[in-house]
Amino acid sequence: MGKMIQIQPVTRIEGHSRVVVELDDGGNVSDARFHVFALRGFEMFCQGRPVEEMPRIVNRICGICPWNHHLASVKATDAVFGVTPPPAAVKLRRLAQHMAYIPDKLLHFYFLAAPDFVLGPDCDPSTRNVIGIAKANPELARKVVRMRQSAAMMLEEWLGKVIHPVAAVTGGFSRPLLEKEREKFLEGYKEQLEFAKFTIAFAREEVFPKYTEAVESLGVIKTGFIGTVTEDGTHDIYDGKLRLMKPDGSYDDFSYEQYTDHIGEHIEAWTYPKMPFAKKWASGEFSLDLDEPKGIYRSNALARINVCDKIGTPEAQKELDLFREKYGRPTQLTLLYHWARLIELVNNCETVIQLLEDPEITSREIRSDVQVKAGRGVGCVEAPRGTLIHDYTADENGLISSVNLIVGTTHNQAPINMSVKKAAQDLIHGGEYDQGVLNRIEMAIRAYDP
Amino acid sequence: MADEKLRVAMFWGAACGGCDVALLDIHEHILDVIEVADIIFWPCAMDFKFKDVEAMPDEHLDLTFYNGAIRNSENEHIAKLLRQKSKLMAAFGSCSHMGGIPGLGNFHDRKSIFETAYLNTKSTHNPDKVFPRTEFEVPEGKLTLPEIYDTVKTLNQTVPVDYFIPGCPPNPEQIWIVIQAVASGKLPPKGSTVGASDKALCDECPRKKTELKFKQFKRRHLVHPDPEVCFMEQGIVCLGAATRAGCGWRCIQSNMPCRGCYGPLPNARDQGAKMLTAIASHIDSEDPEEVERILDTLPDPAGYFYRFGLPLSLLHRRQRRNA
Ligand code: SF4
Ligand code: SF4
Repeated sequence: MGKMIQIQPVTRIEGHSRVVVELDDGGNVSDARFHVFALRGFEMFCQGRPVEEMPRIVNRICGICPWNHHLASVKATDAVFGVTPPPAAVKLRRLAQHMAYIPDKLLHFYFLAAPDFVLGPDCDPSTRNVIGIAKANPELARKVVRMRQSAAMMLEEWLGKVIHPVAAVTGGFSRPLLEKEREKFLEGYKEQLEFAKFTIAFAREEVFPKYTEAVESLGVIKTGFIGTVTEDGTHDIYDGKLRLMKPDGSYDDFSYEQYTDHIGEHIEAWTYPKMPFAKKWASGEFSLDLDEPKGIYRSNALARINVCDKIGTPEAQKELDLFREKYGRPTQLTLLYHWARLIELVNNCETVIQLLEDPEITSREIRSDVQVKAGRGVGCVEAPRGTLIHDYTADENGLISSVNLIVGTTHNQAPINMSVKKAAQDLIHGGEYDQGVLNRIEMAIRAYDP
Repeated sequence: MADEKLRVAMFWGAACGGCDVALLDIHEHILDVIEVADIIFWPCAMDFKFKDVEAMPDEHLDLTFYNGAIRNSENEHIAKLLRQKSKLMAAFGSCSHMGGIPGLGNFHDRKSIFETAYLNTKSTHNPDKVFPRTEFEVPEGKLTLPEIYDTVKTLNQTVPVDYFIPGCPPNPEQIWIVIQAVASGKLPPKGSTVGASDKALCDECPRKKTELKFKQFKRRHLVHPDPEVCFMEQGIVCLGAATRAGCGWRCIQSNMPCRGCYGPLPNARDQGAKMLTAIASHIDSEDPEEVERILDTLPDPAGYFYRFGLPLSLLHRRQRRNA
């Protein structure tokens, strides 16, 4: 009998998980798995709740991206009741969505991911964290903390509760944006844009070039990708159609309601989350085999950057051009998730500025009237961690009778498992490994920011 | 405070991660915290592992913030481990304090949660009826998963808790106040709720109250509430009367009613019972039957009154079906 190596818990990620690497008698990797422990049962305990309360309940699926769940949920409730919010309300939701991305991206890049790159994957694990970064580069650390604070505070000043938000309401938005807020935020987001441009340049020129070899090999697998694009194929995180791309770059576009024709969820007995897969590929089969995966696709920033034809703002488009010149489309290099996230960060800042400059953004017409009725509604947005699909059915009193949820990181459960196995196979031979090797396996996971 | 730095840990049970972000949202104070405290274990931000905690002597940690409810055997195991290793243990956030949103699972049980998640949801493809198992054999040995329990428990129903910090999540300003109290050794007696007020949210809420009564409940999304006037007086359910103040009335600020995440008032363990009395006093009728009739028109009362606190409440869970 061989041996098992455990990494427990996997750290600097959200959520509870363990990696188990199985070694054969020769000390080589026979298998490796990423086990996730959480199951809270939202699809069960949301039943019986009033549909309009859902945006205030399901944001607890994830406290790191509560805005995205809140917005996907409110879109699903609009669809259940068949209501279209006024254009200004849609703009406010879109504004909140882009504003909420910014602190999240800063958090992930500087606090969670950077320690591996700036301090190095082999450094002493007790200093390999944000505090280590603060000690190594106090000036940058202070700046990051300040920028993240300013981004979070603007959202809070406008909408009160920012972790587990309440502001989006069926039929529209609960609070307008005031002129004085608009002016103040505009200044603030111009500064955010400058910092985003600094961050991506810093990553592009000083961080990633040091790790070229790791970028080209660590946890690299061959999969498809999912993301949201507008009618003309532009990257969009709030609304549009879903695009499911095969590893060869060909794709299917479909509307939210059609997701069940394209996506199924497979169950493995050794982990709690389900594993979504592309039903129309490989005759509907599912396999995690590294050489011949079946049905496997990825979500999150790299996926969105791969599936879009273009990005709607100039600076981010420039970054996309640079990125594609170097890596092509689609690229399978797992560590490039970090880079793709920063392209989106630039787009978030630019989009916020565009929206704040739109005269309609301070309109008071932000609610449509709603009638309670029975129905089904599917609402989607892109969370930083991937496509959120909220599918609700309600009875004639507007109480939930069934819920189906496929959320950001769930799409990535299968690919994370593959990347873990790939990294482990490449790094562990003859039973030899140290903490730096184990940390590299975790780095393959952190790229997905699960 | 002694010269030695404080040793603290932050860990999550059945949680969403929001409490961890709330802790980070003390922003630049984080840099002050590092001056006075060593954060020894915080899985979402640092690379310490369970084996590092297991190797600590008992009471090595000065303080553990535990967020999240107790939903499975791992949550319970680590809560016990950290209790043993900590001088003080604080329940951080609604899930840990009173069950939180995951506590709504106590309207159901493991079997129904599993069947819904793994069999009856629209995109699930499970022809062989596979369910995750606590033990799974592979050639190299046995893989394990924690056991999901039938019933969600609060932290204090699992290990003795010294302090309670309410909120879903706690307001970062309140978190900072608590941290300063810890650092200066000025904590109130054990068993206290900290980072909140002893008054009701209604007492701090700036909305106009005119003793107005209503005859009909209104659902929030069907009306355009006056942002200056008390929600209850407009017929919209708001849990302010039964909820501890301390959040800074953050939902109210967005023109949305309170759902009670700061938990019951001191000496009122059952938030729902308290709320029912408060609502009855707002109904415009003296006739008990009419009051009853009006109350019956409120959809899903349990889901409003026990939104965050079912496991802590006197109800605790729905009676088990006889299986
Ligand atoms: S209390 Fe709220 S914020 Fe904290 S873990 Fe629970 S759901 Fe998340
Ligand atoms: S208003 Fe109520 S639900 Fe909202 S944060 Fe405060 S206590 Fe929690």
